[in-house]
Amino acid sequence: MALLRPDPTFYPSPKMAMQAPPEKLAFLAMLNPQHNGRPDALAVVDVDPASSSYSQVVGQVEMPNAGDELHHFGWNACSACLSPYAPHAHLERRYLIVPGLRSSRIHIIDTKPDPRQPQIVKVIEPETLAERAGYSRPHTVHCGPWGIYVSALGSPSGDGPGGIFMMDQETFDVLGQWELDRGSQYLAYDFWWHLGYDTMITSEWGTPNMVEDGLNPEILLKSGYGHMLHIWDLRRRRHLQALDLGSEQQFALELRPAHDPTRAYGFLGVVVSLKDLSASIWLWHQDNGNWGVQKVIEIPAEPADPDKLPPILKDFKAVPPLVTDIDLSLDDRFLYVSCWGTGEFQQYDVSDPFKPKLTGSVHLGGIVRQASHPAKPDQALNGGPQMVEVSRDGRRVYFTNSLYASWDEQFYPEGIRSWMVKLDADPQGGLQLDSDFFLEFQDLRGHQIRLEGGDASSDSYCYP
Amino acid sequence: MSDGWAWPALFLLGAYHGINPGMGWLFAVALGMQEKSRQAVGRSLLPIALGHGLAIGLVVVFAGLAQVVLPLGYLKISVALILFSFGLYIFFRNRHPRWGGMQIGFRDLTIWSFLMASAHGAGFMVLPVLLAVSAQGHHFPASEYHVHMSSLEEPLTNLLAILIHTTGYLVVTGLVALVVYEKLGLALLRKAWLNLDLLWAIALMATACFTLLL
Repeated sequence: MALLRPDPTFYPSPKMAMQAPPEKLAFLAMLNPQHNGRPDALAVVDVDPASSSYSQVVGQVEMPNAGDELHHFGWNACSACLSPYAPHAHLERRYLIVPGLRSSRIHIIDTKPDPRQPQIVKVIEPETLAERAGYSRPHTVHCGPWGIYVSALGSPSGDGPGGIFMMDQETFDVLGQWELDRGSQYLAYDFWWHLGYDTMITSEWGTPNMVEDGLNPEILLKSGYGHMLHIWDLRRRRHLQALDLGSEQQFALELRPAHDPTRAYGFLGVVVSLKDLSASIWLWHQDNGNWGVQKVIEIPAEPADPDKLPPILKDFKAVPPLVTDIDLSLDDRFLYVSCWGTGEFQQYDVSDPFKPKLTGSVHLGGIVRQASHPAKPDQALNGGPQMVEVSRDGRRVYFTNSLYASWDEQFYPEGIRSWMVKLDADPQGGLQLDSDFFLEFQDLRGHQIRLEGGDASSDSYCYP
Repeated sequence: MSDGWAWPALFLLGAYHGINPGMGWLFAVALGMQEKSRQAVGRSLLPIALGHGLAIGLVVVFAGLAQVVLPLGYLKISVALILFSFGLYIFFRNRHPRWGGMQIGFRDLTIWSFLMASAHGAGFMVLPVLLAVSAQGHHFPASEYHVHMSSLEEPLTNLLAILIHTTGYLVVTGLVALVVYEKLGLALLRKAWLNLDLLWAIALMATACFTLLL
C-alpha cells in the first residue's frame, strides 16, 4: 500500500541525502562456496556503534535453494522515485531484489516489519526470467524511472548477448528486455545512468560461458573479455555509441557516474591491463554532446616472489592490483578503489575528476601482502578489499573480501577466509580502519553490502 | 452557462490539478535546475499548460459528440462509471505513462502533460461541472428536446470552460514552480508531497457520485 508522504529515505538531491542519519544496519549477501548442499543467505549486520551487538551478524535469512551465488542486489525503490516526470514518491523502500548470479533465480526479500528478520516474499525462477526477457545471470539492480532495472550477463544458453531487463516496481514481475536497439553491444556487466541527460552507461565483463568456470587465460590473452563502455539513450532505449578502452584493457566492470544529475561524467574501474598487469580508473565525460573516455588513474602491479603466487600468476612474477570494485561518495568528491590482488584500499579526491589525488590508503589481506587487521594484528588475512560501500554522509566505508567463487579459487587457492571491515573516512580526506569492527565469517563468504536507508551506490538522484 | 458557481468551480479544479507535483510544476522546477536557469522554468510552463488543456479539451469534445447519440441521463451514468473506475484504478494501482525525460523539447513536454492529465482522469473530473450546468440552466419550455441537452453542445461555452480551467491550472503550476525554484527549494518535497493520488482517487469517485445526483 502506498504511503501518505514520501518515504523518508528518499532525497531530492545527493546533497540532502548526505544529511541522512547514520545507518544502524547493513544487509549483506552471503555466499556458500562449499558445494555442501547448503544455501546462500542474506545476513543483517549491526553497524550501530552504540549497540551491544555492534559489528556482529544479528539476523540471517537462508535462500530456498542451494547454489544461487548471491552477489549484487538492490532496493525496490530509491530516491529516483522523486522523478519529476515519472514520480512514485509514495512507494516504500522496503524490498531487496536479490539475484543469484549463478542460478539466475531472483529473490524478493521484505525488510519490514523487522529489518533484523527479513523474509523472502517472492522468488522468480530462471525459467520465468528466460521466457520473459531472454536473459540469465542477473547482476546489478537499480531502481529508476518507470521501474526496476537489472543487468544480466547473458542468454539462458550461457552465451551473449547480455543486457538489461525491467521489473515492475510493485508486483516484481519481469517485464521484458529493456533494449529496443542494442547496436554493437554484446557483453554486459554493470550499468547506471545520468538521469539529467537521459543517458545510460553499460560496461562489459564476459558471457556466463566465459566466466563461470573461472578466468580463462586463453580468452584473456586474446583480449576476449570486455573492454568497452556503451552509451545509450535511456528514453528511447537505443544504443548510441561504444567507447573502446583498447583491447589490452580487460574487464571493464564497475560504473560510478556523478551523483549530481547535472554533471555528465563518471568513473569506470578496469581490472587488469595485459600490457603490464596494472589496473586503472577511467573517466567518461560529455563535451558538446559527444562522449569520450580517458584513463585518469593507473595502479601498477607489484613485483613478487613466484613461490608466493598462485599458479595463474606464477609466470608473471608480480601481483596485479585487480581493481574489482569502486565507489563514489555522494558529494562526488571521494572515489574509493578496491585492489583485491595487492590488498590495498585507496581513497582519491576527485573534486577535479580529470586529476584524481590519492588521499588515503589502507592495506588489508592481499595475495602476497596478507596484511592483518588492527583488531587481530597477528593474524594474516587473505582475500582483499573488494565489495565496497560508502555511507550517505561519506564518513563510513565498509568492505568485504570475496569476489566470485570460481575466481576466488584461482587467486586465493588456499580458500578465502571471509571478513567484513569498516573504515572511518575524514571529510577532508584520509582513511582509518575501525579497530572495533572486524567481522569474521565462518562457512559463508560476505559479498555486497547494502546499508539501511540507502548508500552511495543504491540511489539515483533527480535534482542537483 | 448561467450558473455563477460553475466558472469558479472550473478554475478551482484547474488549481487543484496544478498543485499536484506529479502534474507539472515539479517538472518545470527540475528542468530549471538542470539548466540552472529560471527562464527554463518559465519556458516549460507553456507546453505543460497546453498539454493539460488539450487533455481536458479532448474529453469535453468527446462528451459533446457522445451527447449527439446518447440521452443526457445515459451520458451522466457513463461519465460516473468512467470516473469511478478511474478512481478505483488510481486508488489501487497507480501507473504512469512511459513518457518523458530531462532532455525534452516543446512537443514532447506537451505530450507528457497531456498524458499525465489524461492518465489521472483530469478531463473527466471537469465534465460533471458542464453536465450540472446544463441540467439546471437550459430550460427551453418550447422544446422538450432541449431540456435534455447540456451546455456541452455549445462549442464556445466549452472552449471558455477549457480556457478557464487551464488558466487556473497554469496560475497555480507557475506560481508553485517559481516559488519553489526561487525560494523554497526541494527539501519541502520530503514532507509536503502528500499522496495526492489517494486524495485524487477519492475525488474522482466522489465526483462520480455527484454526477449521478445531478
